[in-house]
Amino acid sequence: MTDDRVIAREDLDALFDALHRCGYTVVGPTVRDSTIRLAEIAGTRDLPAGVTDEQEAGRYRLAQREDAALFGFNLGPDSLKRWQLPPDRTVWRARRKPDGELTDFSTDARSGPAGMPDRIAYIGARACELHARAILERVLLGGNHPDPELRERADALIVIAVQCGEAGPTCFCASMGAGPKVTSGYDILLTELLDADHHVFIAATGSVRGEELLAEVPTRRAGSEELAAARATPARAAEQIQRKLDADWVKELLYAHLEHPEWESVAQRCLTCGNCTMVCPTCFCTSVEDVTDLTGEQVERRQQWDSCFAVDHSYMHGGGPARQSARSRYRQWMTHKLASWDDQFGTSGCVGCGRCITWCPVGIDITEEAQAIGAVTHGPARATPAKED
Amino acid sequence: MDEGPGAVSPPTLAVWKFSSCDGCQLTLLHCEDELLQVAGRVRIAEFLEATSASVEGPYDVSLVEGSVTTPHEADRIREIRAQSRVLVAIGACATAGGIQALRNFADVAEFTRLVYATPDYISTLATSTPISAHVKVDLELRGCPIDRDQLLEAISALLAHRRPRLRAHSVCIECKRRGTPCLLVGGGVPCLGPVTAAGCGALCPSYGRGCFGCFGPQETPNPEPLIEAVGWGSDEAVRALRTFNAAAPAFRHASEAAAARGRIGGRR
Ligand code: SF4
Ligand code: SF4
Ligand code: SF4
Ligand code: SF4
Repeated sequence: MTDDRVIAREDLDALFDALHRCGYTVVGPTVRDSTIRLAEIAGTRDLPAGVTDEQEAGRYRLAQREDAALFGFNLGPDSLKRWQLPPDRTVWRARRKPDGELTDFSTDARSGPAGMPDRIAYIGARACELHARAILERVLLGGNHPDPELRERADALIVIAVQCGEAGPTCFCASMGAGPKVTSGYDILLTELLDADHHVFIAATGSVRGEELLAEVPTRRAGSEELAAARATPARAAEQIQRKLDADWVKELLYAHLEHPEWESVAQRCLTCGNCTMVCPTCFCTSVEDVTDLTGEQVERRQQWDSCFAVDHSYMHGGGPARQSARSRYRQWMTHKLASWDDQFGTSGCVGCGRCITWCPVGIDITEEAQAIGAVTHGPARATPAKED
Repeated sequence: MDEGPGAVSPPTLAVWKFSSCDGCQLTLLHCEDELLQVAGRVRIAEFLEATSASVEGPYDVSLVEGSVTTPHEADRIREIRAQSRVLVAIGACATAGGIQALRNFADVAEFTRLVYATPDYISTLATSTPISAHVKVDLELRGCPIDRDQLLEAISALLAHRRPRLRAHSVCIECKRRGTPCLLVGGGVPCLGPVTAAGCGALCPSYGRGCFGCFGPQETPNPEPLIEAVGWGSDEAVRALRTFNAAAPAFRHASEAAAARGRIGGRR
C-alpha cells in the first residue's frame, strides 16, 4: 500500500495507544511462567524485551538475548486459535418451563472464560500464524452455517504482523509454503531492525484500517539502507531453517503407506496425550455437549477443544470408538494434517510452525515421521535431537 | 430412578464408607449449597458424615467411598450392591485400591506384627482392592479426592437420566485448554499428566506442580516413554507411580517393570 514508514522504538507505544482508543484489546507475546504466552498486554513494556526461546523436540526454555529486541524469539505454545475458537465456551443456555418448553434462551454468556475479549488486535503474528489463521478460518467459517460469534470475532480482528529474523530449530514453515516471510494477511507489518545505536521498526500497511492506525503513530520515511535491511530480515530466517518436509509428495506418500510399520513404531513412543493437537494452530476439533444442572431446570451447550488422541473422538453410535489403538490415532493426526485436510479444505492442515514438535513431551517429530515413512527429503539428515538435562 | 424428576417419591441417595480417609465424602459435604437445591428431590438415606439417620434399602444411588481391605468389607459391599440400583465408586480408594494398596506390594502379616501389640486380633486381607473387584460398578469417579464438579455432574446426570460428562483422556488436554504452559517441556518438571486421566481440570500444573497422578491412568496410558522423557531412574519411577493409584493395572505394571529394571542395575 503506502510507502514503508519507520517507527522509532520509543514511538511504538503510540500504536498501542491508537488501538486502545479504537476500543481494541491488544493481545501479544509476553513472558508468563517462564514461557512466552499470548495474553492481553498494555504496551511495549509487556513485550519479551531481550528474551528469546530455545526450542527442540520436547524441550522449551527461555534465554536472555544480548540485545533488547522486542520480537527476538519465535513461538510459544499459544496461537491465535485461542481467540478464533476459545478452548471452552458456552454456546447457549436456556431454562425449562414447567410444561417442558425451553425459555430464556440466551447466547449472552457465550464467550469463553475470562480473558477472551471479543475485539482484539493481535500484535506479533508471524508468517506461519497468518497462514494458520486463514486455514482455521476456512474450517470454522467456510461452511454453510458459520457460527455468528466466531464470525464476529474473525471480522473484528486486527493483525499487526512481525517479520521473523531468526528461525527456531523446530520451524519448517518454508517447506509448507507458510513462511518465514510475511507476504499478506496483515493490517500492519513490522520488521524489527536493531544494532548498537539504532532500534526501529519498518512498518508496511496491508489494509485501510492499517493505514488509519499507522497515521496515528509518529513515523518518518524509510531510507534505502533500512529498506534493504528489512528485506534481508526474513531471508536470514529462511537460511536458519533446519527441518524439512516434502509437502508436494507427503499426501500421496501417506495415502500409499497406511499400513507402514512406522505407525506401530511411533505408537510405541506416543503417549496419546493430545498435546500436539492442542498446540496446533489449525486443529479445530471440539466436543459439544448439553449439560443440565442439578435442578434439571437449566441447560447449557458447552463446546470444548477435543483431540483425535482421545478415544471418544472416534466414538460411533452403536459401534464404540473406531480408533482404539495408538497407531490408528497417531495416523489419524498425521494423515489429517498432511493429507486428508487437503481433500477436505483444499490446503494442507499444517503450516510448519513446529509447535507439535516442541510441545510433545516425548519429542515426536512430524517431519521425522514423514521421513521415516519415506518422504523425499532434501539436505543433510538431521541428528536425532538429544533431550538431556 | 426410573420415574425421573417429579416422580412421586424422591430418589434415595446413600453414601457408604469402606477403607478410606473420608476425603471424598467431605467433597460431597462441600457441595452444601448445590445439595440444598436437590434436598427436596433426593432423599439422603445413609450418609455417615452428614447425618446419623439411616434408612433401610433399597437405594436408588449408592456412592461408595473406600477400598475393600477386610473380609467384613468384602461381604458388606455385596449387600450394598444388592440394595442399590446404581452404584457409583468414588475416589482413588474405591476405584483403584487407594494408597493403602501399597500393601499389595508388601507382606501385610509383617506390617501387622510390627504395628500391633496383638496382631492376632487383626482381621485383614492381603490386598486393598477397588469396589469393581468385588461387585459390578455402574460409574466411577476418580481422584484423591474426587473433583467437586465431577461429582455434581454425575449426580445431575443420574437425576436427568443422561450420560455424565466424564472423560478419561489425558490431563494434558485439560492443561492446554486452561492455558497452563507445560511444566515438563518448559521446565523439565516431572509430570504424570500425559498418563493420567482428566477430571481435575489440570489443577496441580496450574499451581506449578507436576501432576501426581491422583486420577489414575488415562484411557490408553503409555508410561514407559514418559519415564524415559522425564529422566526418572528406577526408584524415582516406582515412587512416582506408587501413590494414590499404585494398584491401578497400568501404573502397577509400569512400576513393576521399573523396579525390575532397578534390580538388574540399569538406571532406565
Ligand atoms: S501440525 Fe505441527 S507444525 Fe504443523 S501447523 Fe500443526 S503444530 Fe504446527
Ligand atoms: S488432526 Fe485430529 S484434532 Fe486435529 S483437526 Fe484433525 S482430527 Fe481434529
Ligand atoms: S505425538 Fe507427542 S504430543 Fe502428540 S499425542 Fe503423541 S506423545 Fe502426545
Ligand atoms: S504440565 Fe503436565 S499435564 Fe500439563 S501439558 Fe505438561 S505434561 Fe501435560
